[in-house]
Amino acid sequence: MSENKTAVYVCKGCGIGDRLDTDQLAKVAESEGKCSHVRQHDFLCNKDGVNTIRNDIDGEGVTHVVIAACSRRAKTEAFGFDDVALGRANLREGVIWVRPDTDEARETTQEMADDYLRMACAEIQYMKQPEANQNAGTNKNILVVGGGVSGMTAATEASKAGYGVLLVEKTGQLGGWAAKLHKRVPDREPFADPHDTGVSDLMKSVELDKNITVFLNSSVTRTSGAPGQFSIDISAESGETVTDNVGSIIQASGFSNYDANQLPELGYGNSPDVVDQAELEQLAKQATDGPIKRPSDGKEIESVVFVQCAGQRSNKPGHLPYCSGHCCNTSIKQAMYFKDANPDVDTVVIFDDLRTPGNGEDFYRSAQRKGVIFTKGKNQQVSPINGQLEVKFHDMILDEEAVAKADLVVLATGQVPNSGVDIEQATTLDIEEEGGESEAPAEAATSDAQIPVDSILNLTYRQGVDLPHLRHGFSDSHFICFPYETRRSGIYACGPVRRPMDIAQTMEDATGAALKAIQAVENATLGRAAHPRSGDLSFPSFRREGCTQCKRCTVECPFGAIDEDEQRYPVFNESRCRRCGTCMGACPVRVISFENYSVDTIGQQIKNVDMPDEFDEKPRILVLACENDAYPALDMAAQQGLEYSAFVRVVPVRCLGSVNSIWVTDALNSGYDGIMLMGCKKGDDYQCHFVRGSELAHERMSKIDDTLQQLQLESERVETYEVEITDIHRVPTLINEYAAKIDEIGMNPFKGF
Amino acid sequence: MSDVNTAMVQKYRNDFLKEVEENVEEGHWVKMCMQCGVCSGSCPFGPDWDHPPQEIFMMIRAGKRDEVLTTESMWMCTSCYNCIVRCPRELPITHIMHGLANYAHRLGIAPKMNPTRRFAKIFWNNIAKTGRVNELALSLKLYFMDGFMSGVKNALAMASVGIGMLKTKRLNPFALISHKGVKNPKELHVLLKKAREIEDRRKGIAS
Repeated sequence: MSENKTAVYVCKGCGIGDRLDTDQLAKVAESEGKCSHVRQHDFLCNKDGVNTIRNDIDGEGVTHVVIAACSRRAKTEAFGFDDVALGRANLREGVIWVRPDTDEARETTQEMADDYLRMACAEIQYMKQPEANQNAGTNKNILVVGGGVSGMTAATEASKAGYGVLLVEKTGQLGGWAAKLHKRVPDREPFADPHDTGVSDLMKSVELDKNITVFLNSSVTRTSGAPGQFSIDISAESGETVTDNVGSIIQASGFSNYDANQLPELGYGNSPDVVDQAELEQLAKQATDGPIKRPSDGKEIESVVFVQCAGQRSNKPGHLPYCSGHCCNTSIKQAMYFKDANPDVDTVVIFDDLRTPGNGEDFYRSAQRKGVIFTKGKNQQVSPINGQLEVKFHDMILDEEAVAKADLVVLATGQVPNSGVDIEQATTLDIEEEGGESEAPAEAATSDAQIPVDSILNLTYRQGVDLPHLRHGFSDSHFICFPYETRRSGIYACGPVRRPMDIAQTMEDATGAALKAIQAVENATLGRAAHPRSGDLSFPSFRREGCTQCKRCTVECPFGAIDEDEQRYPVFNESRCRRCGTCMGACPVRVISFENYSVDTIGQQIKNVDMPDEFDEKPRILVLACENDAYPALDMAAQQGLEYSAFVRVVPVRCLGSVNSIWVTDALNSGYDGIMLMGCKKGDDYQCHFVRGSELAHERMSKIDDTLQQLQLESERVETYEVEITDIHRVPTLINEYAAKIDEIGMNPFKGF
Repeated sequence: MSDVNTAMVQKYRNDFLKEVEENVEEGHWVKMCMQCGVCSGSCPFGPDWDHPPQEIFMMIRAGKRDEVLTTESMWMCTSCYNCIVRCPRELPITHIMHGLANYAHRLGIAPKMNPTRRFAKIFWNNIAKTGRVNELALSLKLYFMDGFMSGVKNALAMASVGIGMLKTKRLNPFALISHKGVKNPKELHVLLKKAREIEDRRKGIAS
């Protein structure tokens, strides 16, 4: 390619031509934007308009295209020219729709449009058409870790779609917990009786499947690489290790049973007749639909009490704070084991809240019809008395202490995820071992330290050996709106390792994860980003000679995409990258950039607005808006005809995490009176599409106050906001309030310098 | 305690739920209650009950036989049917309440002085006698059920309503002496007796 040739197209449709002086816009593009090739069109997104652009690209060798029309979020299909660098000046949602159609407003509205065109022309000079990742891996096999229901389902689903699967199971047998069940909670009409688990069929279909290679008694001892090119070691118990390559990974490592020995108040350990649900399944299996017998003396059981929420939904130390979701249905099922064999057995379920997800409500009703008694009670205590068990509890309906006697007590304990090493805890411990910077006293840290856990994936990533944990030890796999997606690209968690669930939910989950894994390998092969910037061909690169090896990019990347080489330079794993630009925002020497998104593409937009001088009484406010939530909210506000100040210039960013503080300093130096940063919700219930981006931006901006003080500027000149996509009415208000505040504190004294 | 009651206690031992299922009208629904409390919240007299319906169902399941059968709670029911309409489990709660009241009455352990129960008895005697309700006799009997003085008081309090009804011919003062019943009340009495025999036999109450 010889030289860049930029063309600007100004659309006059949707009222743009009526409200704005498009000749003036064309002049701006020619003189200030330095674009010789400027065209106006009455209706740019129709066939004729699109053809005009297409012909210019094909016939005249145009390489860079600026479309001055609607928002970059509109008409993406019509304007989807993927063989050129493309910029959009938002004249419709960004200008005419947010301004009143009055004579007084005409001047400021035109200024707004002129500026957006200047910005787009400046941006395009620094953009290159992304060329896609050259280091893309092409392996399309899928590794499934775990051979339970979730793992087997994921494996068969992937295989049915034509992908090769490696299935690694720690034990000597497939099936997991489900294979140990007598029967399962029904998954079909009329949801009235327990039925066969179907696990043996699933096991058979996995074993017979030619696409699936099963490794029993094995675990994954090393995982390195990236989507499309993972390299893995599978080690058998015998010590034999196989090295293989896969394109993506599904972690279906399931759960362990909560240790009921921690519940002496519920009699566990005091009497063999107090069992947990898993042990009852064993008893039921032994009885094979006949009368179930007591473990202590083999007597046929005549009465049984089920204690729900045993050691869960409780904040007591050692208890699980969450609801495991399946246990109410499981107890109902197990009560039916007794009732179906002999309706005269007394079965009482003592619950706090009976939660029966799915079609469990029908199942619950069926149990009531069969005569299972449900009692709302709390604070259960179980003690063996005279060869029987006595369950004391507080009856919540009658508000009194009550006692139930039983031959057998079943504790509904919860699911504990097999999520491997808690890498965040592991890193703090590492720092301490190195005698490092941790402020916490050593004692506190060691008391928190738990028994060493085996890693599931043994990732060789800088950020740690396993998937990050979210809450309560579950794998982070649910960053807002995107189940299965984890913070490690190409690795998907499914089943009870990511949240507690039953068989029906697990199978659905595993199917979804298989689909995501397939998407990941397909995207990786094409050198494209995975979710949420799915299909993005750009990827980050860095100028090695400028890098100071500060490690901020490697530490802050929310996805662990960046490793370090021996000299502590960053190593970008393009296929792992989600293209959020958090590394770019982190870099203090600004050496990281994408082909079409860099410190310059945004920095030049900021610099290339026409800055009125101090006495014009026309302040300028820069809005850096996250393109995932804040920018759409602004667009939608415009669609609803909500108006906001003509003094703002909105620049969309991939994520607030990509905001480099140089933009803020540059903006203040070039005369902006205020800067609004709009990102997604941060914190534990974050809505950031890149998990940590918004939080990092808030953290960085909290430190910008020092800079402002050095410049003798008010701290209000830079404000950070959390904006949700639904804040359609709030966003214009925020802008207007901020504009009023700027009016109050006065103009930036740096104007004109 | 009546003989019937003792017999029932012996028959069902501590399984009160089963006793209710087999003897109380719509009693087989009791086990289907899921303790959501919508019935108690919907009852216009809810706050005045000793035990709202939801609690009564729980007491039945907990085997609190005496407490349930001797309570005045289910006698409070005015048959507004709010609970039936709203019950997510579609329990015929109104019917069960009346069924329980009736069963307690049959066992002879219902609260003796409960006004609802007394009125029900007056009503039954009135209608069973001739096959048609004698409204004037019924009202007077109700007013005077606690003695002459309170009867006069009650009657005076309702005097304006009574006069209004007289004027609009909604009340016949001669009904006291010339109430018209069904054509052949004797046959009705035979019929009622037979019905009662059948029901008693079905429920196993020896009469």
